[in-house]
Amino acid sequence: MKKFLMATAATALMTSTAFADAHAKEVKIGVILGFTGPLESITPAMGAGAELAMAEVTDSGALLDGAKVVSIRGDSTCIDAGAATSAAERLITSDKVSAIMGADCSGVTGAILQNAARPNGIVMISPSATSPGLSTAEDDGLFFRTAPSDARQGVIMTEILQDRGVKEVALTYTNNDYGKGLADAFQAAFEEAGGTVTIATAHEDGKADYSAEVGALASAGGEALVVAGYVDQGGSGIVRSSIDSGAFDTFYFPDGMVGEKLNENFGAELNGSYGAYPGTDSEGAAKFLELATAAGFDGTGAFAPESYDAAALIMLAMQAANSMDSADFKDKVMDVANAPGEKIYPGELAKALELIKEGKDVDYEGASAVELIGPGESAGNYQEIEFADGKYSTIKYR
Amino acid sequence: MDLLNAFVALSNFVLIPAIAYGSQLALGALGVTLIYGILRFSNFAHGDTMAFGTMVTILFTWLFQSWGISLGPLPTALLALPFGILGCMALLLFTDRVVYKFYREQKAKPVILVIVSLGVMFIMNGLVRFIIGPDDQRFADGERFIVSVRTFKEMTGLEEGLAIKTTQGITVITAVIVVAALFWFLNRTRTGKSMRAYSDNEDLALLSGINPERVVMITWMIVAALATVAGVLYGLDKSFKPFTYFQLLLPIFASAIVGGLGSPLGAIAGGFTIAFSEVMVTYAWKKVAGYALPESLAPDGLAQLLSTDYKFAVSFVILLIVLLFRPTGLFAGKSV
Repeated sequence: MKKFLMATAATALMTSTAFADAHAKEVKIGVILGFTGPLESITPAMGAGAELAMAEVTDSGALLDGAKVVSIRGDSTCIDAGAATSAAERLITSDKVSAIMGADCSGVTGAILQNAARPNGIVMISPSATSPGLSTAEDDGLFFRTAPSDARQGVIMTEILQDRGVKEVALTYTNNDYGKGLADAFQAAFEEAGGTVTIATAHEDGKADYSAEVGALASAGGEALVVAGYVDQGGSGIVRSSIDSGAFDTFYFPDGMVGEKLNENFGAELNGSYGAYPGTDSEGAAKFLELATAAGFDGTGAFAPESYDAAALIMLAMQAANSMDSADFKDKVMDVANAPGEKIYPGELAKALELIKEGKDVDYEGASAVELIGPGESAGNYQEIEFADGKYSTIKYR
Repeated sequence: MDLLNAFVALSNFVLIPAIAYGSQLALGALGVTLIYGILRFSNFAHGDTMAFGTMVTILFTWLFQSWGISLGPLPTALLALPFGILGCMALLLFTDRVVYKFYREQKAKPVILVIVSLGVMFIMNGLVRFIIGPDDQRFADGERFIVSVRTFKEMTGLEEGLAIKTTQGITVITAVIVVAALFWFLNRTRTGKSMRAYSDNEDLALLSGINPERVVMITWMIVAALATVAGVLYGLDKSFKPFTYFQLLLPIFASAIVGGLGSPLGAIAGGFTIAFSEVMVTYAWKKVAGYALPESLAPDGLAQLLSTDYKFAVSFVILLIVLLFRPTGLFAGKSV
């Protein structure tokens, strides 16, 4: 019996050291996106984008002397701050992730940052939170985003509308941090440029009846209706109701509204409408598209390139700090993202890791031409889209 | 001409949508009110019952579409509706047999039954999501408009357009037929009278030889039919998404309570009260006023009483007022 106990103890000891060994070579990155909720149709491509970068790094074996990068998914739900925070808590405390790629929607991103990331000192890079409020949020240097602030999008929207000679618009936004932030930014920019916003009205997601909202919007009038909502949610409902009642026939779609669903739901009814969402015609975008197609997901999906970049930046920063501890690598994110250094595009992460190891500078361009400015957010590149023959296509980059 | 424009604008954005929405709420509220009147509890699972019936209808609609059967300009869903109703009846009778019957035999208090229905709601909720998924489903086909904005403008030469969707027309017509049939059934048939007797006094009804189990069974079957019709009409007119049906529970209960729980007539009045108040109080009257009033009086602002953010607050304020001043609702139902 004694021998048996000894043997068991010895085996236990050996396995535990073996586990510890494996742990040292494993970097866990949390991927917190709204896999359910208003953005559930675009998040699969975003998650796949981030995991593509992780697989690439794992295969290279160059990160921190051959560490394996493991993705651990969490559901932000996009709208429920409580659920998002507990998902993040779980990833940080029980799965022990080193950093978080996410979250997606602005409201939950702010909640995770304040309630989970800051108290635990974990770096988070969001690929798609665009609320201007996050630029000034207290973040202890832990928060970055590869998406531009909506203050920038407000200006782009104004430019596009003015180029088309539109002077009067009605505006509706989804009643949350993203919608309100974008609506305020746009209204400020548009009015400063001499335009008029006839009405700015909120709509709630998850309802099916929007006749009251559309009635008010139609009464106020305007040459176009700006729909700052979500394509899977109220945004589409507003558009449907506006077309049916003849309230508006030209729409402007910001980033949350641009998606395959629009073609599916409306098709030719939207001919002549337009919009813009983040994207670039840089070399990196095309390369990312190739990689995504090879990996079997839709690389044109909104924020999929930004997700790849967010994950890549986390790993490059770890390499630069030679540590997987957030406190060490948080200061390196800006260094690897910006000039000087050799430009790095998707598919070249192995090269970047080697360069950093040799002590050379890199300038990560990635899939979305990353350039982090100010408090660590993307400077922003947008692609302008227009509907013709029942589907949208990119006509211009801004 | 200007007055005509004002009226057309008002109809297009207020009257027609509110009438259609009101009919859908009224049908939903009728189901709630029947259960309250006869089985004596507030059935929280009603929204999800609607979702289940609609789901079965959608599945049959898809089947018919794949067989190439259609109703021409009318949506195929109307053809699938009877099957949806049968499916929903089966589910409700099954639920009654395995869940509610137990509590009925225990003579459980209404509040216990309410909580039980809450549990049933979560199960139905999951069942629907499990079978058809949480996403939006589109199943409307056929002609989309009876009158579209463009043809209306061409026909009349007015500045304002008017759109009447086929689904809105069908909603109102179906609602009228269903309500008429229900009232005829409750007031003229033996079974209907026995249901009302059971509702008034359970023990007396039992003594007069009314079989309570039969009354309960028929009530569930009628409720299944009402819920499915309401759900399908709502889904045709807007879109089918399990989550929206769950949220529909609130306006439906508001309608039933405003009208007076247990009173079928009240449920209809309540449905329209809630629908009209949601749309009218938050409507921006600028356009209508601009047409109707002389130039000097036309408002510069939006002339909007409340921002649309408060749309849902409106129905609850009405609910509160009614409960404060007429606790039994507009058409004296049972007090809550």
